Amino acid sequence: MKSKAADFLIYDEASGTYKENPEQAVRDDVEKHYWLHVGRTILKDWRLYLMLIPMILVFLFWRYFPMYELLGCFKVSDEVLPVSEQLFSGFSYFKRLLVGGDDLSAEFWRAMRNTFILSFYGLCFGFPMPIILALFFNEVKSNIARSVYQVLTYLPKFMSTVVMTSLVVMLVKQGSLTSGMGIVSQALSSLGWISADVAKSGMLNNPAFFRPIYIISGIWEGAGYDSIVFFAAIIAISPTSYEAAQIDGAGKWAQMRYVVLPSILATIVIMLITRIGSLLNIGYEKVLLLYNTNTYVTADVVSTFAQRYGLGGAAKGIASAAEMMNNVVGMLLVIGANTIARKASDVSLY
Amino acid sequence: MKRKLEVSELIFKIISYTLLTVFALACLYPFVYAISAAISGRSAVEYGEIVLFPKAIQFDAFKRMFSDNMFWNAYSNTLFITFYGTIWALLYSILGAYALSKKRLLFRKFFNFFLVFTMWFAAGIVPQYLNYLDTQKVFQAIGITDDKWLVVIAMGMAAMNIILLRNAFEGVPSEIEEAAIVDGASEFQVLTKVYLPMSKSTIATVALFFGISRWNGYFWARQMISNSNEHPLQVFIRLRLEEFTDAEAMAGWNQPYASDSVIYALIVCSIVPILIIYPFIQKYFAKGTNVGGVKE
Repeated sequence: MKSKAADFLIYDEASGTYKENPEQAVRDDVEKHYWLHVGRTILKDWRLYLMLIPMILVFLFWRYFPMYELLGCFKVSDEVLPVSEQLFSGFSYFKRLLVGGDDLSAEFWRAMRNTFILSFYGLCFGFPMPIILALFFNEVKSNIARSVYQVLTYLPKFMSTVVMTSLVVMLVKQGSLTSGMGIVSQALSSLGWISADVAKSGMLNNPAFFRPIYIISGIWEGAGYDSIVFFAAIIAISPTSYEAAQIDGAGKWAQMRYVVLPSILATIVIMLITRIGSLLNIGYEKVLLLYNTNTYVTADVVSTFAQRYGLGGAAKGIASAAEMMNNVVGMLLVIGANTIARKASDVSLY
Repeated sequence: MKRKLEVSELIFKIISYTLLTVFALACLYPFVYAISAAISGRSAVEYGEIVLFPKAIQFDAFKRMFSDNMFWNAYSNTLFITFYGTIWALLYSILGAYALSKKRLLFRKFFNFFLVFTMWFAAGIVPQYLNYLDTQKVFQAIGITDDKWLVVIAMGMAAMNIILLRNAFEGVPSEIEEAAIVDGASEFQVLTKVYLPMSKSTIATVALFFGISRWNGYFWARQMISNSNEHPLQVFIRLRLEEFTDAEAMAGWNQPYASDSVIYALIVCSIVPILIIYPFIQKYFAKGTNVGGVKE
């Protein structure tokens, strides 16, 4: 069948995109045979579409199919049957978690609260550090010295979570018959910052220390690397701005306040919004590697809760439901943050 | 006026240098300590006498580890996963990003959304686990019994990296591509002869992102690889740390090294390759974050 509208899409040189053919006869024809035309356009350019296929399949199989499995949180029987054959249970798992009134529900709420607290502390203490570091880097005028500082401070970022947590475990571990206390516990207890009993029984076994350890190791790991983007914004400031401020009699603090801060404010806002967007994406690996039964009170987050019940135990529906709630809230935060960023700065993050 | 200006600058400079030095040393210290503790003698480690420098140097902890076949096994598994995983991820990412960078692609918006949505919403650990179990079954049915291939093929996709590549490809001037097409280049030749050479540094950055995440991968490798001969290094380290008990430590009472030293030696060995290539790759990582602010 020879269609009148073989070229229902016309290449538009100016914008470099395809436009629909404006001719009325063509438009009528297109309306009738839309998919045929789409098929023809794809066939003409089949190499391009062939290139897409591996990527689409990979994401479909291992990112989108799990989302289908997620439907298990609405189904009644756990794990024995495939999701499609399970009976619909509605929101019973959600109800159980949210208003169950039993231990499980209390544990879920504790995990929810810990997730929020950990991410909130991470934001409060972790976010300003890279900015401060970038300001300091800017003071180091010698290129060699600055490179040395940068190389050293980026270093922890390249260590795996396992190595990083192993180091933390070793540095703050309890003493025993055959091995000394971790060097950090030793130092803190001899400084009198923590009691000798606490140091002896191991800081990672004490719920009061989980959050500080998590946050401080996070800063240790990421602050140097995260400062890159702020430092790039600071060195982009023209030297004439400083000179003008100096002529007006601005000291260092005034220069910070009126030259540097306004210039990097846009970067700060964007990074802040990004951070808020990923607020609930607590790195579960790190929690999993650092926590133990003694510290569940402060350390257990939703992902580790789900991991314990879903992978360790057999309550897959319950675990999926818990993660579903966490991830939906997380997604709303991302979309909200992105919308605000778009409105505030015309920069869309995704 | 002039005087006051100098004073405030001087103070800030002193504060900057001091705190930077403190922080930089704090970043370095755990690694130095790990090395010292790994090569120090038994009693120095057991009584916690090591602060910075090693005491009563011995290399037996390292020797013991090097004589452990499981360690070398884990090392080669990690190299395997890192090598093939990076190549596989680069392959589909570059092809996909190239197609997405073309404005003439139909349903381009939809495909972009298809990618970006995976950054917004993840199914979570449990559904992912069920999915990997099914994948494992399929793989075994078609004869791939080595779980390392499951890790290589089914894990480690990152939409962000594809978007970085797409943005780099979009930045290639279309005149060059047109010239190549006039010269009779096919679509694939345009990609390999024009786009790849022109976005080398982004590709290097993305390759490093993939490579590092493969080298460091732990959780899913531990969940999905049941055969301990196929465990990568990260899983090996963690299992050693977990098995590390007083009972085992007592068993080695006549050794010249403390049981802690073995753990430290293991940590040191796993970071040495990264420390060696780190100075060379560092600048690509700096670049990677700067192009991270993307727009559609």
